Amino acid sequence: MSTLELKEATMQFGGIKAVSDFSMRVPEGCIAGLIGPNGAGKTTVFNMITGFYTPTRGRILFNGLPITGMPPHEICKTGIARTFQNIRLFEGSSALQNVMVGFHVRQKNSWWMPPFYLHLKEEKQIRNQAMDLLVRFGLDRVAHMPAGSLPYGAQRRLEIARALATRPSFLLLDEPAAGMNPQESTELMSLITNVRNDFNLTILLIEHDMKVVMGVCSHIWVLEYGICIAEGDPDHIRNNPKVIEAYLGEEYLKYA
Amino acid sequence: MSLEMFTQHLFNALALGALYGLIAIGYTMVYGILRLINFAHGDIFMLGAYLVFFTTIAFMPAWVAALLLGLTLLAFYSTFVGFGKKPPMWFWIPMAFSICMTGFYAFVAPMDFTPPWVLAAAFAIVVTSAIGITVDRVAYRPLRNAPRISALISAIGVSFFIESAAVVVFSGLPRPVRQPDILVQPIIFSLESITGNAESLVRVTPLAIIVPIISVVLILGLLWVIYRTKPGLAMRAISKDIETTRLMGVSVNKVIALTFGLGSALAAAAGIMWSLRYPQIFPYMGMMPGLKAFIAAVFGGIGSVQGAMIGGLMLGFMEIFIVAFFPELSGYRDAFAFILLIIILLWKPTGLMGEKLKEKI
Amino acid sequence: MSLHNMRNYICTALLTVILGLFLYYAENNLNPYSVRILNLLAINAILAISLNLIYGFTGMFSLGHAGFMAIGAYVCTLLILTPDQKVAMWLLEDMPDFLLHLSLPFFPAVILGGLVAMLFSLIIAVPSLRLGGDYLGIATLGFAEIIRVVITNIPSITNGSLGIKGIPEYANLWWNYGWLLFTLYFIYALLKSNVGNIFKAIRDDEIAARTMGVNAFFYKVLSFCVGGFFAGVGGALTATLISTIDPKMFNFMLTFNILMIVVAGGLGSITGSILGSVVITIMLEWLRIVEDPFSIGDFEVAGIPGMRMVIFSLMLLLIIIFRRSGLLGMREFSWDAVFNFFNRRKQEEWRRS
Repeated sequence: MSTLELKEATMQFGGIKAVSDFSMRVPEGCIAGLIGPNGAGKTTVFNMITGFYTPTRGRILFNGLPITGMPPHEICKTGIARTFQNIRLFEGSSALQNVMVGFHVRQKNSWWMPPFYLHLKEEKQIRNQAMDLLVRFGLDRVAHMPAGSLPYGAQRRLEIARALATRPSFLLLDEPAAGMNPQESTELMSLITNVRNDFNLTILLIEHDMKVVMGVCSHIWVLEYGICIAEGDPDHIRNNPKVIEAYLGEEYLKYA
Repeated sequence: MSLEMFTQHLFNALALGALYGLIAIGYTMVYGILRLINFAHGDIFMLGAYLVFFTTIAFMPAWVAALLLGLTLLAFYSTFVGFGKKPPMWFWIPMAFSICMTGFYAFVAPMDFTPPWVLAAAFAIVVTSAIGITVDRVAYRPLRNAPRISALISAIGVSFFIESAAVVVFSGLPRPVRQPDILVQPIIFSLESITGNAESLVRVTPLAIIVPIISVVLILGLLWVIYRTKPGLAMRAISKDIETTRLMGVSVNKVIALTFGLGSALAAAAGIMWSLRYPQIFPYMGMMPGLKAFIAAVFGGIGSVQGAMIGGLMLGFMEIFIVAFFPELSGYRDAFAFILLIIILLWKPTGLMGEKLKEKI
Repeated sequence: MSLHNMRNYICTALLTVILGLFLYYAENNLNPYSVRILNLLAINAILAISLNLIYGFTGMFSLGHAGFMAIGAYVCTLLILTPDQKVAMWLLEDMPDFLLHLSLPFFPAVILGGLVAMLFSLIIAVPSLRLGGDYLGIATLGFAEIIRVVITNIPSITNGSLGIKGIPEYANLWWNYGWLLFTLYFIYALLKSNVGNIFKAIRDDEIAARTMGVNAFFYKVLSFCVGGFFAGVGGALTATLISTIDPKMFNFMLTFNILMIVVAGGLGSITGSILGSVVITIMLEWLRIVEDPFSIGDFEVAGIPGMRMVIFSLMLLLIIIFRRSGLLGMREFSWDAVFNFFNRRKQEEWRRS
């Protein structure tokens, strides 16, 4: 059983093929990794999945449902959430408000209800749930602080919390460990695993930190120039000569 | 429509379009570099027209001329040379000219002297471009690192400041501009060889011919600056990436000032020609042509000088010919440009020759 | 309801009552000039709040407010004029029959003015909200100009460039402040709920908002239309306050004045918009003295016509250059803040003693 499936997805910008004929099947409940050199098209794959780009060719299925060409907010509704490479929080809003926006997609209230005070019951529920989520991520103390003023690590966690607020079954993480020191990335690894278990998720992540990738992923795809050059479990990838040449490098083998 | 009418409209459209194009270049250059709609540009255009008016038709007192010149010197000097440094040779060319003019005004000229048009126009262009540079220095430079919208609001503020200051200084009443006879005595030429009718005469004022020619010359000069000189190279570099250009050791602020100077000079030239062609000046005269020229810039693809000219010409042709073919629509003339804008923005937001800008996710 | 909330509600109710008493006092005791300033102040606040919703809270740079105001003003005026007045005033062309006999009381006319403005803002929003940033500003400015040009060119309906004079002055203090309170209530309720969070999310990062499942386009159109409705209401009230309208009145200058109020008060702060409209409305009136002749001691200074706008635009420039976030930034007035302030004082006094 696979949750997300890409079938020969191709993304072409003018004359450049950012991603060509990329097929992947992410099994349910696993943590999968997408690696490759910079500019290999990893984020483009994410953008195709989340609906910011419509693939030039190919199809994307989520739980058997074709989501190719759907607008981002509809895709979110089907249960896909993501974080961004360069953190994209709603900086003028508080941490709590950030998470509350995430809850919006499952919310039943309509926009016209607030002036008639019909929204209070659900609003209170959402507020409590958002608070619970913040507690879960150790952010409850900064709930009312503007998101833009939080420290970097907290912003990363808040972004994951916000993504989880949309109640996804599939989570895309774009370089979650970027800019973290070894200790923080170790914490992140356990966070990712815990989140997967607690929220019953399938996770696909892009990451350059091989310790994180090899540590948490059970399945890895390697992209180079938009072409998938290898896929398999971490051991397989680690020993694949093509991957070593294109991305990992001889040095990695020596120190790994 | 008869052929002679058509030819006549053709000349009108060409002149109007060239003027829009000249103003549009100022918008497009500033937008290309700073991503800022310089709302004050239309008012710079107005100042150009007023300065010529006050140097020729009405008598400008010597002290006013001297004051303007002093400010101009200060603006140019502080911007491009920096205090305590020796100015380069080229700097003295406009300066020497202006000093001579002022000296002549103050001491030599009789009270009722009206200087020749060309001299007055050159004076107005130099002063106006100094004003453009000052506007950048005072109102935009402090906001370089602010959100873009702040600079835009600042630009709106400058625009209203110049307009209301012009009302105070020049008075809000429209003033008629006396057109030199030589420019408006119509040239009549016959289309008999084409139509076979001796009656088919076309009357064109020399102005309608001169305006496009001067515009083309000015634009060729500008293109030369942009593509063949070092500051031009810096301008193009800034429009790609301002921070990297700064890191490469280019004094970005000077280049931006130069951009404002050049754009304002072109706007002043356009303002002068505009006031000759539509012989009335008033403090708010820059508003509509300014907005329309901005639309022309968007139409041609903002950031592209050639695009601005093409956009200006298209707009000029559209305004003249739609009214020519459908006279009942003449009341809606001012709306054409905006309708065009909305269509172009929806159909191809980057304009005809603009580059695609996409936000990176 | 917690005690804490109860306190806040009671305070709000008290403040409203005080405002009512003040209006009652003002109506009977202040001179017409002051009453007029009070009226203008309320209308400006309505307009500023509606623009702030669009620009300050949802991040859409709209310069089309004057256009919506014009629609609201004209629709309302056409509905409240009597057939006789219309026959007497329409000099350029006769009015079509169905419009001539269409007549409504003031309140529904204002609502209809707002609704028609809202309809137009919907028509404008759908194509132009795909644009971002300053392009949107120019497109909305373009629409506002088109509206103005069209109004000038359909004299059978609008009396063209002659404008309409002698509009009954219905908009008294009670109507204006009533509408202001309604605007405040409606927009505050919207912003306080999750819808407000969504607006701000779109303002801060539209791409992230869309990823979070927000139908950004819908909410942008929503914000734009609500703003358009209140702009139309503001326009209708303006028309019935000053009793004359013509197309020239609704030019870009008007939008600029409202923008100035919003920026001066603080983008993204409702309290700021109210404060801004108080400060700027009063200042604009007060600045009239520089245009009238005045004397310093024995020295007579002739008034300088137009000087008011010079100072006004100079102040905008100074605000935007030196205090970009306006008077209040994004802060809002809240009873909690007020009580906390006093509590802290009390505690300090207690500590000191």
